[in-house]
Amino acid sequence: MSIKKSDETRVFDLSRRKFIKAAGVGGVFVVGAQLLTANPGMAIMSGESGIDVKQQANLFVGLAADGTVEITCHRSDMGQQIRTAVAQIVADELEADWSRVKINQALGDKKYGDQNTDGSRSIRFNFERLRIAGSSVRHMLAQAAAQKWSVPASECKVINHKITHSSGKSLDFSDVVNLLGSIAVPTKEHIKLKERSEWRYINTGKLSVDIDELLTGKATFGADVRLANTKVAVIARPPVTLGKVKSFDASAAKAVPGVLAVVEMPIPTAPLMFKPLGGIAIVAENTWAAMQGRKALNIIWDDGANASYNSDEYRAMLEEQVRKPGKTIRKEGDVDKGLKESTTRIVAEYYVPHLAHAPMEPPVATARMTAGGVEVWSACQNPQADQGEVARILGLSPDKVKINVTLLGGAFGRKSKPDFSSEAAFLAKSTGHTIRLQWTREDEIQHGFYHTVTAQRLEGGLDKDGKVHAFKHRSAFPTISALFVPGMKTPGVGEMGMGLTDSPVYAPNFQMESGAVAAHVRVGWMRSVNNISHAFAVQSFVGELATAANKDPKDFLLEFIGPARHQDLAKLGKGYHNYDDSLDRYPYDTARLTHVVEEVANMAVWGQKLPKGRGLGIAAHRSFLSYVATVVEVEVDDNGNLTIPKVWMAIDAGTVVNTDTVKNQCQGGAIFGLSCALHAQITAKNGAVEQSNYHDYPVARMNEAPPEVEVHIVESNELPAGVGEPPTPPFAPALCNAIFAATGKRIRTLPIADQLHS
Amino acid sequence: MVVKLVINGKTVNYEGDNKTPLLWVLRDELNLTGTKFGCGIAQCGACTVHVDGVARRSCQLPVSAAQGKEITTIEGLSDDGSHPVQKAWKENAVPQCGYCQSGQMMQAASLLATNAMPSDREIDSAMSGNICRCGTYPRIKQAIKNAAGEMS
Repeated sequence: MSIKKSDETRVFDLSRRKFIKAAGVGGVFVVGAQLLTANPGMAIMSGESGIDVKQQANLFVGLAADGTVEITCHRSDMGQQIRTAVAQIVADELEADWSRVKINQALGDKKYGDQNTDGSRSIRFNFERLRIAGSSVRHMLAQAAAQKWSVPASECKVINHKITHSSGKSLDFSDVVNLLGSIAVPTKEHIKLKERSEWRYINTGKLSVDIDELLTGKATFGADVRLANTKVAVIARPPVTLGKVKSFDASAAKAVPGVLAVVEMPIPTAPLMFKPLGGIAIVAENTWAAMQGRKALNIIWDDGANASYNSDEYRAMLEEQVRKPGKTIRKEGDVDKGLKESTTRIVAEYYVPHLAHAPMEPPVATARMTAGGVEVWSACQNPQADQGEVARILGLSPDKVKINVTLLGGAFGRKSKPDFSSEAAFLAKSTGHTIRLQWTREDEIQHGFYHTVTAQRLEGGLDKDGKVHAFKHRSAFPTISALFVPGMKTPGVGEMGMGLTDSPVYAPNFQMESGAVAAHVRVGWMRSVNNISHAFAVQSFVGELATAANKDPKDFLLEFIGPARHQDLAKLGKGYHNYDDSLDRYPYDTARLTHVVEEVANMAVWGQKLPKGRGLGIAAHRSFLSYVATVVEVEVDDNGNLTIPKVWMAIDAGTVVNTDTVKNQCQGGAIFGLSCALHAQITAKNGAVEQSNYHDYPVARMNEAPPEVEVHIVESNELPAGVGEPPTPPFAPALCNAIFAATGKRIRTLPIADQLHS
Repeated sequence: MVVKLVINGKTVNYEGDNKTPLLWVLRDELNLTGTKFGCGIAQCGACTVHVDGVARRSCQLPVSAAQGKEITTIEGLSDDGSHPVQKAWKENAVPQCGYCQSGQMMQAASLLATNAMPSDREIDSAMSGNICRCGTYPRIKQAIKNAAGEMS
């Protein structure tokens, strides 16, 4: 990808004015806008304003004079290859030749609607509107050719970059580019989307549009932006959240060759939201000098109230909390009576620590002041949030802030928080230089927006047939909402709705309860969010219940899910978010969960006899409106050394756009789950994070990873659902169920660390 | 002191702090941005380059230690993405975000230069210093096997 100006004139940019006019008369673009406004959820969470309906025009397609189709991707690419998927959708409906398609990365701009590339929803939010965008241009091309030939448009077909008349004559897209300006934008009734059987790119495994750049070192990630006279900045941030600089001595730092300036960052006030954390910045000629300068700083910190945060004590507090009744968020029957009536009762407690995103590319952004404004190049997931936060810190209106989006070297939720763009912009303004603000790995691990820490207690009762008669699930964790509302202890509906509220349990009596605890670090969303901890507990507990019932874990899991039905979550009203989509469009369909369990069991030859020390484990979970089941095979030797010979996954994500990307995401999602399970945890001592880099925050490496992750994608005509996140949650419980099958040892606390060696 | 470097076949004279890690000379001075910063402590392998044909972590290699050595970065692995490792990476659609893949490919090319047919265990051993947070390890492993087949 190259950084380019968005206003290049050689592109025939379909007239915005015309589209707005069309929208005004109830044309197709109102349809597109409705698709957008149906899904405001997380956008509101991140402080974005409403969506301007009139500007949801077809901004996605342009035609160059040579007939090249230029497709604008308004979502950020962090490895999920959305740039490719967007191109597949638009090019397919447009009947473009794949070799004559070019992708442009959109700036942050509300005219695109939601750009928050988070929550596994790029395809869900955009599939239909991008198809309409492509289809409408296909319609216009046919009209243009018809006009040129003076024939009825109904006699013209658009196929693979050509418009063909029934007489056999044909025109290339380039032959009619100059006519398009006079063609009316089609209204809804004139849009005819292609039949599924006519798709040529959707539901195929197209190679990434960026593959050649990625494999030759030419791709532009956040840190690779090169502008004239750029200086590099790093920041020493307060070790404790909401701590501040008491005093500092920068004389040694200033003496470091190459150091140009020492800048005090503004002290943030609550609510923290996505504001920079403050501290002292070093601006230098190059990255190494900036790092050396930072090392030479002598800072005395005022740690503030969060210095009381110690992970050991906090864990004990969370566990105490789940041993007492919490706030009931969903119930059926009478769970306490049901437990008393049960033939067999078991209780288990689970713990999942704070985690850090640790994308390979730490946060980085470049900022340069312009006449009356600022321009930023950022590896960001949500450029409109960067626009808003940069505007806030510089006191500008958002329209004076131009956000260019680079490729992201991984993100996993970290880069949907725009603090680093804001830091870069603040320093550009303070120093007058073009600034590349670089986070180091230590910065990323120690000053993150951490995955929450969760204690859970599950209690289950079985009847005389070993069926679940009563099920109680309590979960306590600090909430993301505390970022926005200081002191907030009550978790959000969305957080609880990730595997707690919407447990697939089939039982006459069940109850889910949530706790309320204070956050002492920044808690943010990380890939799969609360589904990680909730799926770990529920699916591990299903394994424990199967043992108690003396049943096969897969058979018991299917009994736990129960008969095919749509879970009655609608009766919870606003108490269930369903990932900000309607239960009519996306019901919780237990038949689909059952189906992926059966598929994955077949793939893994579930029930096969394995030698001593080896075992299979199974788990299934619905998240981000997709259904995933995973089987993990483990081998544990006499010394407790764990290897994973193979993993099988079945995913039902509805209609999928890029089949190979879905497989790659499943494989990677499993390994991300492995990282959550194996070694990693973030702990705090006196408010400061104890880990600092990959040596003490270890993520999965090749020698620990399964050599093969076999993925089956369920063929489906259902609406598209999430793909980036759903593969992760079932992994850790499937792994721990496999460890139990192999060794008889039950893991209830993550990370596994050295528990198998004891 | 001037440090003379031979990078992708071209001679470059570097004048500056000779304790600066080679990584930052490549990225900040020479604009060879294909070599990535991931950890700064030789834990992740994103910065892997070849020094006299052997994979090294450039984030922990002072530029002075590279004096007179032949250095190859991802930009110099081939002119056009035609190195067998690059071709195998493409064939297996390995990358997700792609950020670590320069380092992965440099490490794999170094492995295959000394061991034309590595076993699974040898691949694990050579590659486990390179982190891919996206989790493309199964594809990397397959791509190395394919490249080995082509190179032998």
